[in-house]
Amino acid sequence: MNMQSYFPVPPGVGMEENFLSLDDILLSHERLPVRSDCAFPRLGFLEKSADTQDIAEGTKMELPLWLTKGLYEKKRKVVSVELPKVYREGWRTVFNADPNVVDLHKMGPYYYSLGSQLLHFDSPENPDIAQTLLQTFIGRFRRTMDSSQNAYNEDTSAVVERLDSLEKGASCLM
Amino acid sequence: MFCEKALELIRELHRMNDGQLPTFNEDGLRQVLQEMEALYEQNQNDVNEAKSEGRTDLIPSIKLRHCCLLRNQRCLTAYLYDRLLRIRALRWEYGSVLPANVRFQMCAEELQWFSQYKKSLAIFMRSLGGGEGLDITQDMKPPKSLYIEVRCLKDHGEFEIDDGTVILLKKNSQHFLPRWKCEQLIRQGVLEHVMS
Repeated sequence: MNMQSYFPVPPGVGMEENFLSLDDILLSHERLPVRSDCAFPRLGFLEKSADTQDIAEGTKMELPLWLTKGLYEKKRKVVSVELPKVYREGWRTVFNADPNVVDLHKMGPYYYSLGSQLLHFDSPENPDIAQTLLQTFIGRFRRTMDSSQNAYNEDTSAVVERLDSLEKGASCLM
Repeated sequence: MFCEKALELIRELHRMNDGQLPTFNEDGLRQVLQEMEALYEQNQNDVNEAKSEGRTDLIPSIKLRHCCLLRNQRCLTAYLYDRLLRIRALRWEYGSVLPANVRFQMCAEELQWFSQYKKSLAIFMRSLGGGEGLDITQDMKPPKSLYIEVRCLKDHGEFEIDDGTVILLKKNSQHFLPRWKCEQLIRQGVLEHVMS
């Protein structure tokens, strides 16, 4: 039974999330490397590496995006967010050189969406991150559009495998 | 980490991205609500302690638990809402009478929602066409012909068409019928459009 009348809530655009979107909820489950700038008493059990009752100030841990967004404050008293590898200068150079080379499913699969969400954390590298995200998408768009339009009777699984979830969604619509 | 169970509910739905309705996960829902109660209680205690003993160092933990409560709330709301979107689609795909195996997937409140949605849709359709009514659940795609050749895929019994004729829908029988009468049965898998 092909449900043509089912219209799920789509993911948000850019830095916005849609509250009811299943895709955005799954996206915000992705983990980020974070450092606590204060202590969190009585929550030591969340941090598996140490056996303490409290999370001490300066603890490095991985927190899901939703929690990081909730705790983050501009005045920087609560948590500091580190950039995941894929968004740092090293990888940005690779993306800028040739965006088609990268397997975005392995690097993501939420490369664009997570990258856009990272912009909430006021890193000084934000303008560069935003620029790389945009240029990467533009650089890859032609190939993904090409292969989705001209896929008659061809096995495109090798191409689709290396797509980020946003690119996969876009190519289904074509 | 908190809110894992809530995410499981979301994954359950996300896995079925063709719009199918999985069974209502009453157990999962109850577990999430229990986690929310526990978080809330811990926060109440910490807030009281912070106020009475001036323990402002507890505030970050209170904030964290609050984030978890909001997350659980978001997941539950999205879970219930997405299910309603699927149930709404059922009215358009299956018609106003749902097969028993589909009804079984829904909880009591969802069944009630479905019957109210049906009613709203019926009232709306009756108001169209200058009071004459128009069934907009037919012809979801622009039709190419008025009558179509169909083959019966399973025994469905007697079927009456507009001029009063009764057709016996027996497995493998073929008929030439008005398109609008067959659409729903085609969607349900009882009839198959034979294209020559």
